[in-house]
Amino acid sequence: MFDAILYLKVFLVGGFVCMLGQVLIITTKMTSARILVTFLTLGVILEIFNVFEPIKEFCASGITVPIIGFGYSLARGAIQGYETFGALGIFTGGLQAVAAGIAAAVVSAFIVSLIFKSKTKR
Amino acid sequence: MMLDTERNKHYNEYLQNKIPKTKPWPTLFHAFWVGGTICLLGEIIKDLLMFWFNDMTVDEAGVWELVILIVLASLLTGIGVYDKLGAYAGAGSIVPITGFSNSITSPALEFRREGIIFGLCAKMFVISGPVIVLGIVASIIAGIIHIII
Amino acid sequence: MNRQGKSTLVFNSKPRVIGNYSVVGPKEGRGNFAQYFDRILEDDTLGQPTYEKAECKLLELCIDGAISNAKLKPSQIDCMVAGDLMNQITSSSFAARSLNIPYLGVFGACSTMAESLMVGATLIDGKYANNVVCATVSHFSSAEKQFRYPLELGTQRPPTSQWTTTGSGATVLAQNSSGVAITSATIGKVADWNVTDVNNMGGAMAPAAFETLWQHLNDLSIEPDYYDLILTGDLGKLGSEVLIDLMENKGVHLGANYSDCGQMMFKNTQKVFMGASGCGCGASVLNSYVLQRLKNRTLKRVLFIATGALLSPLTCQQGESIPCIAHAVVLKGENYV
Repeated sequence: MFDAILYLKVFLVGGFVCMLGQVLIITTKMTSARILVTFLTLGVILEIFNVFEPIKEFCASGITVPIIGFGYSLARGAIQGYETFGALGIFTGGLQAVAAGIAAAVVSAFIVSLIFKSKTKR
Repeated sequence: MMLDTERNKHYNEYLQNKIPKTKPWPTLFHAFWVGGTICLLGEIIKDLLMFWFNDMTVDEAGVWELVILIVLASLLTGIGVYDKLGAYAGAGSIVPITGFSNSITSPALEFRREGIIFGLCAKMFVISGPVIVLGIVASIIAGIIHIII
Repeated sequence: MNRQGKSTLVFNSKPRVIGNYSVVGPKEGRGNFAQYFDRILEDDTLGQPTYEKAECKLLELCIDGAISNAKLKPSQIDCMVAGDLMNQITSSSFAARSLNIPYLGVFGACSTMAESLMVGATLIDGKYANNVVCATVSHFSSAEKQFRYPLELGTQRPPTSQWTTTGSGATVLAQNSSGVAITSATIGKVADWNVTDVNNMGGAMAPAAFETLWQHLNDLSIEPDYYDLILTGDLGKLGSEVLIDLMENKGVHLGANYSDCGQMMFKNTQKVFMGASGCGCGASVLNSYVLQRLKNRTLKRVLFIATGALLSPLTCQQGESIPCIAHAVVLKGENYV
């Protein structure tokens, strides 16, 4: 806990992943939805090939905070769901694993939208 | 309809060369440090949670970390700060989970005036919908691949 | 026939501009034309609950301003010709609802100002109307919502993008014996040179401006230096450079008498990349800077070419290229008609 070396690794890896996203934006003119989907899929693929866990061991939030981590959780949930509940778990596991994130995003978006207004840009 | 394909091809090539070349390095650096800082902030939140709540496991703290980042980003979107961050950092604030939260809150805010049901709720996933749809599809494919291999 | 060449209308009775007005938002009010605009808003919502309502209110304000500038009452206006960028041109139609004037809605995307002037001048030249008000409006926030992303989404604007003008311009035309006159106008053809990048409107619209300008010069058998000012609507920095190149390829040199409202609207420090766009861009500049200079005789003959991209978000998603159009209107100072 409160490990300075780990913090440095988190910063560097997290920053590197985001920089890759920026490279994609510059070279392919991708919009934000496509960027999100691309990195999400990358997370799923990393999990399928069992490489996500070692990266997570190495840099923790540096890889779980980028949307890659969201893809990993979905895939991991489906795989673990299969291990515990059988075939049905493939369907329930993924969403269960990211339920907290989606619920938080939906509820906060709902409340924030009731309170605030979108503002003009200058 | 007659379209001059040869002319159009030449024109588009000409146009590509005409587009001013911007230096990529500043934006790459902005994306790097903002993205890294958001991840670092997440890690610190996780450590603080585990420091304050002794019985919290790493996995639980990891989920709370994401929830807190999501709510924070949503609030920053509401007060009109996140889009300025996005204009500066580009992918640095899109790729982290906070960007996902921003992409849900911003259309909800924008379409609030078309009513709560058909505006706010219906349009909430206009941008991030693909993330959830493809995420679920990909997770099920991952599960099936796992069974096969 | 009151037509010269293939598509240039000649208005023999010389419809005159008897009133004009421009209203712009705060950002435009800090730009290069600040001193010329009739009214600069401090709050671009105009106290309205939605940006669509604000856009409508903006147009109403501008039309009211132009009618009072012409020293007329709304009841003396025979027809209002207006359009905007919203779906089903709601801003114009809703403004017409509250103004209670006979109304023709026109859509030419950002070319609307030239189109409405052309229709208005035709009505007057044909003696179908005594006074016509021609207007258009655009609003940054409502255009973003319809064509791009939610305002609060954190994305970067690409380097070729343009900033939709919050602004409106209105002109009152009349059968009159004095004042700035509209002498001719060229109806543009839809030009589609297969540009698909929605973030490069200037590049997409430049061919339309080129074709209309070329047609206009040929129809009237004149050279560009016949005009003191050839002004395109919202090609922006890139688009206007492309137009100069396209004309150069045809052996016609566009010199210092050529400029573009979009390129000139904002100062370099205002972070708008290629400049301004939107129907309000050309309309507000024409109805402030250009008409003032025509009136005080520092300009004699002006060719105003407004360009518009006739796309919708739907057609873009379906992978269609961007069809564009440009209409040209000739304005001449009182002594040069």
